[in-house]
Amino acid sequence: MIAILPPTAPARMVELEIDGVEVGALEGSTILDACRANAKQIPTLCFLDTLHPVNVCRICVVEVEGSRVLVPSCARKVEPGMKVRTDSERVRHSRKMVLEFLDSSVDLSTTPDVADWKTAYGCDSERYGPPALPAPAAERDHAHAGHHEPPDPDHRATVAQPVKIDNSLYVRAYAKCILCYKCVEACGTDFQNSFAIGVAGRGFAARISTEFAVELPQSACVYCGNCIAVCPTGALMAKPEWDKRSDGTWDESRQTQTDTICPYCGVGCTLTLHVQDNEILKATSPFDQTVTSGNLCIKGRFGWQYVQNRREDEPSA
Amino acid sequence: MHNGTKIISVDPRRTSTAQWAHRHLPIRVGTDIALANAIAREIIDAGLVNETFIARATAGYEAYRGSLDRYTLAFAEQETGLDAGLIREVAHLYARADRAMICWTLGITEHHNAVDNVLSLINLSLLTGHVGRYGSGLNPLRGQNNVQGGGDMGAIPNRFVGFQDIRDPEVCDKFARAWGVPQKNEYGMTMTQMFEAIEHGDLRSLFVIGENPVQSEADQTKTEQILSSLDHLVVFDIFMTKTAELADVVLPSAAGWCESEGTVTNSERRVQRIRKALEPPGEARDEIAVLCDLARRLGADWGDISAEQVWDEVREMAPAMFGGMSYARLEQEKGLRWPCPDESHPGTMYLHERLWDNPRTGPPVPFNIVEHELPIEQADAEYPFVLTTGRRLADYNTGVQSGGFASPLRRSESVDMHPDDVRRLGFADGDRVRISSRRGSVVAPVRIDPTLQRGLVFMTFHFQDDVSVNLLTIDATDPKAGTAEFKACAVKLEPVEVVVDHELPAHAGIAGD
Amino acid sequence: MDLKLLNADPTTEERAAIDTAIVSLSSVGADGVFAKRHLLLPALEAAQGRVGWISEGAFNYICETLQVPPAEAYGVMTFYALLTAAPRAPRVVHVCEDIACKARGSDALINELKRSAGPPAHYVPAADHVLVGDDDVAWLPSPCLGLCDQAPAAFVQIAGEHPIEELFGDVTIDRLRAAMGGTLSLARAPRRRLPQAGGSSLRLLRRVDVVDPTSLDAYRAAGGYEALRRAFEIGPEAVVRDVTDSKLMGRGGAAFPTGRKWEAVAKQTVRPHYLICNADESEPGTFKDRVIMENDPFALIESMTIAAYATGCEYGYIYLRGEYPLANERLSNAIVRARARGLLGADIMGSGFSFDLEIRKGAGAYICGEETAIFNSIEGFRGEPRNKPPFPVQSGVFRKPTAINNVETLVNVLDIVRFGGPAFAKIGTDASTGTKLFCLSGHVAVPGVYEVPFGATLRDLIDLAGGVPDGRAIRAILLGGAAGVFVGPQDLDMPLTFEGVRASQATLGSGVIMVFDDTVELLPMLQRIAAFFRDESCGQCVPCRVGTVRQEEALARIAAGKRRGGIANEISLLDEIGLAMKDASICGLGQTAYSALESAIHRLGLLGEQTGR
Ligand SMILES: Cc1cc2nc3c(=O)[nH]c(=O)nc-3n(C[C@H](O)[C@H](O)[C@H](O)COP(=O)(O)O)c2cc1C
Ligand code: SF4
Ligand code: SF4
Ligand code: SF4
Ligand code: FES
Ligand code: FES
Repeated sequence: MIAILPPTAPARMVELEIDGVEVGALEGSTILDACRANAKQIPTLCFLDTLHPVNVCRICVVEVEGSRVLVPSCARKVEPGMKVRTDSERVRHSRKMVLEFLDSSVDLSTTPDVADWKTAYGCDSERYGPPALPAPAAERDHAHAGHHEPPDPDHRATVAQPVKIDNSLYVRAYAKCILCYKCVEACGTDFQNSFAIGVAGRGFAARISTEFAVELPQSACVYCGNCIAVCPTGALMAKPEWDKRSDGTWDESRQTQTDTICPYCGVGCTLTLHVQDNEILKATSPFDQTVTSGNLCIKGRFGWQYVQNRREDEPSA
Repeated sequence: MHNGTKIISVDPRRTSTAQWAHRHLPIRVGTDIALANAIAREIIDAGLVNETFIARATAGYEAYRGSLDRYTLAFAEQETGLDAGLIREVAHLYARADRAMICWTLGITEHHNAVDNVLSLINLSLLTGHVGRYGSGLNPLRGQNNVQGGGDMGAIPNRFVGFQDIRDPEVCDKFARAWGVPQKNEYGMTMTQMFEAIEHGDLRSLFVIGENPVQSEADQTKTEQILSSLDHLVVFDIFMTKTAELADVVLPSAAGWCESEGTVTNSERRVQRIRKALEPPGEARDEIAVLCDLARRLGADWGDISAEQVWDEVREMAPAMFGGMSYARLEQEKGLRWPCPDESHPGTMYLHERLWDNPRTGPPVPFNIVEHELPIEQADAEYPFVLTTGRRLADYNTGVQSGGFASPLRRSESVDMHPDDVRRLGFADGDRVRISSRRGSVVAPVRIDPTLQRGLVFMTFHFQDDVSVNLLTIDATDPKAGTAEFKACAVKLEPVEVVVDHELPAHAGIAGD
Repeated sequence: MDLKLLNADPTTEERAAIDTAIVSLSSVGADGVFAKRHLLLPALEAAQGRVGWISEGAFNYICETLQVPPAEAYGVMTFYALLTAAPRAPRVVHVCEDIACKARGSDALINELKRSAGPPAHYVPAADHVLVGDDDVAWLPSPCLGLCDQAPAAFVQIAGEHPIEELFGDVTIDRLRAAMGGTLSLARAPRRRLPQAGGSSLRLLRRVDVVDPTSLDAYRAAGGYEALRRAFEIGPEAVVRDVTDSKLMGRGGAAFPTGRKWEAVAKQTVRPHYLICNADESEPGTFKDRVIMENDPFALIESMTIAAYATGCEYGYIYLRGEYPLANERLSNAIVRARARGLLGADIMGSGFSFDLEIRKGAGAYICGEETAIFNSIEGFRGEPRNKPPFPVQSGVFRKPTAINNVETLVNVLDIVRFGGPAFAKIGTDASTGTKLFCLSGHVAVPGVYEVPFGATLRDLIDLAGGVPDGRAIRAILLGGAAGVFVGPQDLDMPLTFEGVRASQATLGSGVIMVFDDTVELLPMLQRIAAFFRDESCGQCVPCRVGTVRQEEALARIAAGKRRGGIANEISLLDEIGLAMKDASICGLGQTAYSALESAIHRLGLLGEQTGR
C-alpha cells in the first residue's frame, strides 16, 4: 500500500456533524480522519495510516446516528449529514470493555498509551479473576478450531505463553499479541509480500503463526522487520531491544533518534537510528516518508551492526 | 500484483521477481540487444509505434528502423534462447500498455557493451513514447545509496557537479573563477583507464576513498599486482579492507551515513539528508574534516567547513539542478528530487516531460543504432559453462558491511547449478568442486538450483575472503563506460579429489559465530 | 508468486485426491488473484477425506498447485473444525453436544465415549503430532449437527478413496458403538417421515416425502420447472417486481426484504454477478434447510435459476454445511440431472439465459453462515466476516455484486413466480407474508419441521408437534436459535410473525422452537450456549473473541458457586460484557452472543432463581 500517486482532481468535501459541531471532511476519508482533523482524540490499536484498515480491535468505535451498532471510525467513510458522537456513554462503555478484554488477556506492558486509556475509561481487569498460568510452549500453536477446555472458575484465560526466540534478529512474544493483524498485513499484500506469517486458528485460540508453526528460519521470512515496525504492542521486537529490556538496560531517556539514509542501496530509505550510549540499538523508518512508507529490508533494519563491530576492530593510521 | 500491474522479468535466472512476474523471459546471458532490437522490430511491424511522439521528439528513426532488418523474432529466438511467441507477446504488452517503465540493474550494465545495452532500451521507450510521463520511463536501479549522488556531484571523469561538461570552456571558466584555481578542460580517467595508466607507469600515486577494488574488481590477482606497483597508495575507508592492506597510508573514516552530516541522492534523484547519529570510533574522522586537513597540508587552507557549506556551494555552482534545495527544505520536505532550481520549485517527479511539448522544445532525442554482440567469452569445449555473478538479499557487495550482522538468511558461497548439470557432471548437492576460468580457480560447494538454466552457473561475490570469485571473472570492459563484464565468463567445473579443510573455511558471519 | 514450501511430499493417494477435487470444480468466473485460490478449501477437504488428516506433504502439494503461500493456507486450514493438521484416525465420530441433544441425553453418550474411547481427538499434546486413542477411530464432540429433530445426533466420517460421511439420529449407546466400529448399517435408526408429509396446506414442503427427490421427471410431474418457465415468460424485471410485491423477507435470520436485495443486484453495472445460496445452516436448533435439500433438491436448483435470471447472475454457489452429506448427494444429483436436461448451463430452456452453479462444502464453522464470511470462505480465505459497507449487493464474492439468500427464502420464490407476488402477500399477515418453516425440537412429542402460514402462535406450533410429552410443564422455549432468545410459558400466545416477536423483544431467527420441560436444568444449557459462541467466534474482533470467553467464565464461576462479589455483581458483569459484544462486534455472531443468556437471566429470572434470590 505504498502510495505514490499522480496528481489527481481535488476531492470533494462532505459536511457532517461530530459531537454536535458541523465539520467538513474530504470525500472518501474516514470518520477517524475527520475527528483527527478536528482535534478529537480517538484511541486506535489496529489502525495505521499505511495499512488497509482491518477494523478488528474496536477501540476506535463511535456512535453514528441511525446505526444499530457502533461503527469503527478508522474504517467507516464519512457521509454527508452523518451525525457522529465520539464520547457518548455507549462509546465509552465499549472502549472500556475492549481495553479490559485486552488488558485481562494480553500483556500490554509495552503498548504505548494504554495506561492512560485505562485510567480515562475506568478499566478494572482484576474483576475477571486472577490470570491463569501461562500455556506451555507451543500449546497455543496447536489448538484445534472449534474446541476448548472448559473454563477454570478460579482463573481468567490469557494468551500468556513463552517467548519465541528462533533467530538472531528478532523475537516474537505472543503473550503480548492483541491480534491486530498489522504484522500479517505488513508481511503480506500491504508491504512485503513474503506471506511468512498469517492468522491461524479461531476464536480465542486464534494466533499469528507460520505454516505448521515452524520456526522463522524455516518459513518464508526475509527479516525485513516490517512486521516489527507496525506491531503496536512490542510483541515483535528486535533482539537487541529485547535483550536490553530483559536485562533492564533499555533506557529511552538516554536514547536519541536520528534520521539518516540507509547506506545499502539506491532506494534511499530513511533510517531512524535509536542510539543509547553511542550504540545503535535499533533502526526504524518513519511511516510518513513517502519513499517506502516506513518499510525497510533486512539490510536497513539490521545491517548497521558493522558500524558497531568497527568499534573493536577499526583500522588505524 | 496490485492494481493489475504486469511485471515482465528478463533474467537468465528464475529469481523471486521472475516468480512474481506475469511473464519471465529466461534470456541467454549477454543477448539483451538481440532481444531489445527484436522487440523493436516487432513493435514497428505490428504498427504499434507512437508516431506522434517519434515525429515530434526524436531523430534518426528511419535509420534505426533500417538497422533492425536482421532482428526478426526467429533471429532473436536463436540468439536469446527465448520463445519467439513470448518475445512477440512482450513486445505487444509493452507497446500497448497505457504506461510502461523499464527498470534495470547490473544485468544490463555489467557487460563489455553496457552502454549499447542501455541505448537499446532507450530506443524502445522512444519508439513507444513511454518516457517523460508519470508512470513511464527508464529507471536504472542503483546499488548504493549515493551512486546517483556521486555522479551528480561530479565524481565522474568528464563532468563537474551538476553534469556540467569539463570540456565546455565557459563551464571550466566558471569553476576556475569560483575556486580561484585554473581548471584543466580535459576529461579525467575512468577507473579502468587509471588501472591501465598504472600498468603503463603513467600513474604512480592513488588516493582511494571508500572502495575495495581488490575484491570488487574483476580478476583479483591482476588488480593486486597493479596496486602493488604504485609508488604511493592512500586508502581512506571505514574498514581495513583487502585494498587497505596494500596501502602505504590508511586513513580511518567515519561511517558517512551515520557518523557525519551530508546528503545522498537515491535512484529517483531524491536528495536526502544523512545525519550524524553517533560518534565515530577511535581515530576515525569525518570525511570533510580529513579532506580539509589534507588540503591544508597541501597548502590550501579552506578552514573548517560544514557539510551544509559544501552543499550550499553545490547549489551555487549547479543552480539549475540544486538551487532550490536548502538544508531547511530538505529537512522540511523529507528530500527533494532534482531539478529544483529555486526555493519555490517543488522538485521534479520525472524527467524529460519536455519531450511532450508541442512544438518541441530543445533538441530531439536520437535513436541509437546498436548491434547485438555476444559476451567476449563463450562457453566452449574446454570451459563449457557460463558463470554469471550476482547478489543475495541479505548480503551486500564484498560482504564488508553485511558480514557484520548475523543474518539467518545467509548461506556461505556456493556454485549454483541446474539439477541436470549437477547430475551430468556426477556431482551431488554440497560437493566441493573446483571452478576454473582462463584466469584462475576457486573451490566452492555445489548447490542445486532449479531456477537456473542448463549450462549456466551462478555465484555471488559476497564472500571473497572465503571464495574469491573475482579470480574467475573477466576484465573485459566497456570502452564507453568502463564497466566490467561480471555477468559472463566461461568456466569449467571439476571434482575436488581430496578435500583440504582449510580451502573452505566456515563462513565467518554465520549466526552465533 | 515466490513460494517457500515445506520439505515434504504428498503420497500418491493424496496427490490423486487433491487433483480430482481441483479438476472437478469448474471455477467459472474467478480471475486474477482468485484464479486458483478459491480451490483451496475443496483441496484441503479432499486431502483430509483421503487419509483423515492433512499431512505436510499434501499441504505442500496444495500450496504449490494453487500458488497459495503456506502461512496463509495454514491459517485457512486451522480455521475449520473439520480439518486437522495432526495425524488422526481415518474414522471419526462427531457426537453432538449441543442443546437439543443435551436435552435428550447426549451427555450420557459423551461420558460413555470418554470412559471407553479416551479423550476426544482435538486434544493434541503440545507440538506433538501423535495419534490419539485407538489408531483406527477417534471421536469428537460437535456443535449442533442440524438433526435436532432426531436428537441425539452423530456424524461419521470415514476417510478413503471414496470417503464415507453420514449423519445419524436417535443415537443410542449401541448405535454409537456400531458407528465407532464402522458397522454403519447397525448405527442407523429407522427413518422418520416429515410429520406433515402430504398435507394439503403445505407449500414449501409439499413434495417432501411425497415426490422422489432423486428424479427430475418426478419433480417435473409434480409441477417442477413451471415457475422457471413462467419467469422466462414475464422477464427478469417482472420477477423482481413479483418478489418485491410478495413482501418476502429473508428466512436466514436477518429478515431483510428479498425484493430490495434482488433489485439492488440486478441494477449493478459491474459484471459478473454471483448468486449464493446460503445453505450453511449451523444455527443450533435449525434443520429446515436440510429437510428441503435432502427431500426436494430440484426445488432449490429451480429457484436459484429464477433468482439468477432475475438478478442477472452468471454463476451460482450453494454453500453447504460440511456435515450435510445426504443433502450434498441429493443436490449433486439434481445438478447433474438438471444440466443434462438443459435446465442449467447455456441457453436454459431455449430462453437464451445461461446459468450454472456448483456446491461448495463448508468444513465446520458456524461463522461461515454469515454472508460475508461465506465470500471469504469460497474465495479460499479465512471465513472471517467482512466489514460492511460495502454491502454484498455491491461487493460480494470475488468483490463482485452478489445476491445471497437462504435456502428457505429461495424456495419461496417458486410460488411467488407461479402465482404472482400479490397472491403470495395475501398469505400470512400484512407484514409477514407467506408460510414459515419452524424447527421444533427438545421436549415436544413429534419433533420436526412444520410449515404454517405466518400468524400462528407459539402455542399453535407446540400443539402441532404434539405438545410436551407426558403432560409436563414448559420450563423455557428457545426461540430463534442460540442467537435467539429464551421465552417462557407466559409467552405462548405470542404470534410468530416478524412484528409479533419484535413486539415481545424476541426474534424468529432461523425458525427454531426448542422446548425445555421442567426437568431441564437451564444453567448447563446456558453454559453450552456460551461455549458454542466461544468455539465459533472467528476471533477477529476483540469484543467477541475475548467477550465470549469472559462470558463463559462468569457462567462457570456461577455454576461452581465461586461468584466474584455476589450474583448481582456477576450478572451486571455479564450485562456489561454482553452490551459491548452487541455494540462493538463486527458481525452478528458477537452481536447476538449474549442474547439468549440475557433473556434467560432477565426474562426468565434464571440466575435469581438458581441462587434463591
Ligand atoms: C453468525 C451468523 C451465522 C449465520 N448463519 C446462517 C446460515 O447458516 N444460513 C443462513 O441462511 N443465514 C445465516 N446467517 C444470515 C446471513 O448472514 C444472511 O443474512 C442470510 O444468508 C441472508 O439470506 P436471507 O435474506 O435469504 O435470509 C447467519 C448470520 C450470522 C451472523
Ligand atoms: S520480518 Fe518481514 S518477512 Fe519476516 S515475518 Fe516480518 S514482515 Fe514477514
Ligand atoms: S504480533 Fe503485533 S502486529 Fe502482529 S497481530 Fe500481534 S500485536 Fe499485532
Ligand atoms: S463478532 Fe465474532 S465472529 Fe463476528 S467478526 Fe467479530 S470475532 Fe468474528
Ligand atoms: S483502530 Fe479501528 S478497529 Fe482498531
Ligand atoms: S443436532 Fe444436536 S443440537 Fe442440533
